Amino acid sequence: MARKISYQQAINEALAQEMRRDPSVFIMGEDVAGGAGAPGASDAWGGVLGVTKGLYDQFPGRVLDTPLSEIGYVGAAVGAATCGVRPVCELMFVDFAGCCLDQLLNQAAKFRYMFGGKATTPLVIRTMVGAGLRAAAQHSQMLTSLWTHIPGLKVVCPSSPYEAKGLLIQAIRDNDPVIFCEHKLLYSVQGEVPEELYAIPFGEANFLRDGKDVTLVSYGRTVNTAMDAARSLAGRGIDCEVIDLRTTSPLDEDSILESVEKTGRLVVIDEANPRCSLATDIAALVAQKAFGALKAPIEMVTAPHTPVPFSDALEDLYIPDAAKIEIAVLKLIEWSKH
Amino acid sequence: MTQIHTLTMPKWGLSMTEGRVDAWLKEEGQAINKGDEVLDVETDKISSSVEAPFTGVLRRQIARQDETLAVGALLGIVVDGEASDAEIDAVVEQFQASFVPGAGGDEDSGPAPKKVELQGRIIRYFERGEGGVPLVLIHGFGGDLNNWLFNHEALAAGRRVIALDLPGHGESGKQLQRGDLDELSQAVLALLDHLDIPAAHLAGHSMGGAVSLNIARLAPQRVRSLILIASAGLGNEINGAYLQGFVDATHRNALKPHLVHLFSNAERVNRQMLEDMLKYKRLEGVEHALRTLAGTLFADGRQQQDLRTVVQDGGQPVLVIWGSEDAIIPAAHGEGLKARVEVLAGQAHMVQMEAAEQVNRLIAEFVDSVQ
Repeated sequence: MARKISYQQAINEALAQEMRRDPSVFIMGEDVAGGAGAPGASDAWGGVLGVTKGLYDQFPGRVLDTPLSEIGYVGAAVGAATCGVRPVCELMFVDFAGCCLDQLLNQAAKFRYMFGGKATTPLVIRTMVGAGLRAAAQHSQMLTSLWTHIPGLKVVCPSSPYEAKGLLIQAIRDNDPVIFCEHKLLYSVQGEVPEELYAIPFGEANFLRDGKDVTLVSYGRTVNTAMDAARSLAGRGIDCEVIDLRTTSPLDEDSILESVEKTGRLVVIDEANPRCSLATDIAALVAQKAFGALKAPIEMVTAPHTPVPFSDALEDLYIPDAAKIEIAVLKLIEWSKH
Repeated sequence: MTQIHTLTMPKWGLSMTEGRVDAWLKEEGQAINKGDEVLDVETDKISSSVEAPFTGVLRRQIARQDETLAVGALLGIVVDGEASDAEIDAVVEQFQASFVPGAGGDEDSGPAPKKVELQGRIIRYFERGEGGVPLVLIHGFGGDLNNWLFNHEALAAGRRVIALDLPGHGESGKQLQRGDLDELSQAVLALLDHLDIPAAHLAGHSMGGAVSLNIARLAPQRVRSLILIASAGLGNEINGAYLQGFVDATHRNALKPHLVHLFSNAERVNRQMLEDMLKYKRLEGVEHALRTLAGTLFADGRQQQDLRTVVQDGGQPVLVIWGSEDAIIPAAHGEGLKARVEVLAGQAHMVQMEAAEQVNRLIAEFVDSVQ
C-alpha cells in the first residue's frame, strides 16, 4: 500500500521531483525561502505556511524570494515563461489577484493568441484559496470563477494529496499558464501518494463514488464535504454519485452530463460566491444539455453573496457544509415524489 | 454436538478495513454448506461473495443490507445442530461486547509488502506463511501482486507464499532493458536468490504463466512445479484488440470497455478498479514499459514465444487452470498438454479472482501432491 503524506508534502514533493527532472523549473514568490538577506535559516519561512520548506537548500539559486510587489514579480514570472523556462510563481493568497491581474488576464493568458500560436507561456501560479482559517475577508476568498472566466488560463483545484501531486506535475509540464489553487484547510490532510512521478491529465473529472439517485459535483475542498454528505445519505438509503472536477478550466462537461443522465438530479457544491460562479455555470450547462434527464430542479450549495465574515460563527455558516448538502439532496428527492 | 458459528467480515487484501453489505444471498432458516456464497460484500477495491467456512443453518442475519462494517465484525450466526434463540442471543451479545474494530490487523503493524533493489531495480514482493517448498505467484500483463488478493492468504495457510510485482508493474521499478521474457524471468530468479530459495513452485497468471514457463526453461533446477493459470506461452492466439485498448486507454471511459473482457461478471469492473488501474498507468515509465512488453511478447496481436515444449518435456509436474469463457487467451491452449488440466465452466480470464475458492483448492491439492 502506498505511503501516506499530507497535501502540503505532496505539493513539496511534486516541486522537488520536477525541479530534479527539469533544470528549467524554478520557484519564485514572497517568502518562498523567506530568510534571504537576514541572519538565521535561509529558508526561514519556506512559504508563508511552509509548503516550499527545504527546497532552497536542495536547489541552490532556484528558489527566489521576491519583493512584496505582485505586479512586479508576477510580471517577471510571465516574462521568464515566455523566454523558455518554467517558473512556479507563488501568489501567496488568491485575494491579492488584483495586484497582478493585468499580468495574467491581459498578458499571460493572451500571448498564445496574440502571436498566432507561436508563443507559449509555461507558467504556474500557485495560490492559496478558501475560507476556514479565521483570516477574514481579504485572505479567505475562493476566486476560482474569476480565473475560470478567462480563456487562455487553465485552472486547477486539487481536492486531495494524490490529486495535488499529479495535477501540479501536469501544471508544470503544461505549456499554458495554469492557476493552481491550493485550499489552505487541506494542507494537513493525509492521503496515499505514490513516491514516483505521475501526471493527472487536465479536463478529466474523477468519480469518487458511484450512485444512482443524485449527482454531487464539486471541486477543491468541498469535494470532501460532498463525500461526507454522501456517506451520511447512504445510511438513509440515498445513493449519491460524487464528481470531483479537478480542473475548472478545462471543464469535463461529459462526465457531469453522463452522471446527470443517469441520476436525473444534480446538486452543485461550490465554496465561491454564487453570482457568475462555477455553480451557476454547471447548472446552466445541465439545464441546457441534459434538461430531458432532470427529475427535479437543480440545487446549488454555495457561499452566500457576501464577503467572508471574520466572526468564527458566521464564517462557519458561510462555508458549505455536509448538513446543507444533505438538505439540498433531500429536497430533490422530495420534489420527485410530487 | 451443536456448534454456534459466528460469520464475520473477511479481510480481502491488506488495505481492507471495512466492507459494505450489498445483499444477503441466503435467508434466515436456510441450510448452508461449507463453501456456499452467503452474502455479497463490497469494499473500496472489489465486490465479492462471502463464502461460508462451515456447514449449518443460517439462524441470524446480523448485518443489514447497505451497512458498512469493520473487518472481523459479526455478519451472521450459523448453527450446526440445535440451539435456542436465547443461546444465540448470548453468543451475539458476548461477541459484540468484546469486538474491537481494527484490533485484528492494524494497518501500520500488520504484514506489508517489502521492497528490495535487485539488479539495479526496485522489486516489491509480499511474503506470507512459512514452511515447505515456497510458492511464488507471478501476475500477468498490467497486473500486480494484488491480483492474488483472494489467493495469497489462503494458500499461505500451508506454506511460504511470495507474490511479487514484475518489472514495469505495481510498485516495482518501471524501467525495462529489452522487455522480454528473459528479463522478467531474471528478475524473479534474482528475487529467489535474495530470499535464499533454491527451488519453488511457480504459479503464473497469463503473461506470468509464460514467465514461469521461461524460468523452467532457463533454470529447471529452480522450479519444483508449474501452475499455469490462463497462461500465455502455450499458443499463438491472444486478444490483440484487448492489449492495444488496454495500453492506449488513458481515461476511465476508454479503459472500462477493455477491462470488462477480463471478467465473467462485468460488474466487477467498478469505479475503484478503474481508478486504481489509471493510477498505475499514470506512473512515469508505465506506458513505455507496457508498450515495450506488448511489442516484444505480443506483436501484431500474436504471442511471439511458444513454450509448450517446456510442458511436453515433462521436467516438472504441471497444473493448468483455465476459465472456459476466457476472452483474452483461449482455453483451447490447454488442450493436449502433458499436464493436469482443469477448465472451470463459465469463468473468464481473471479466474483466480472470480473463482478463488476453487482455484485455491486446486493449487493447494496439487502442490501438496508434488511435495
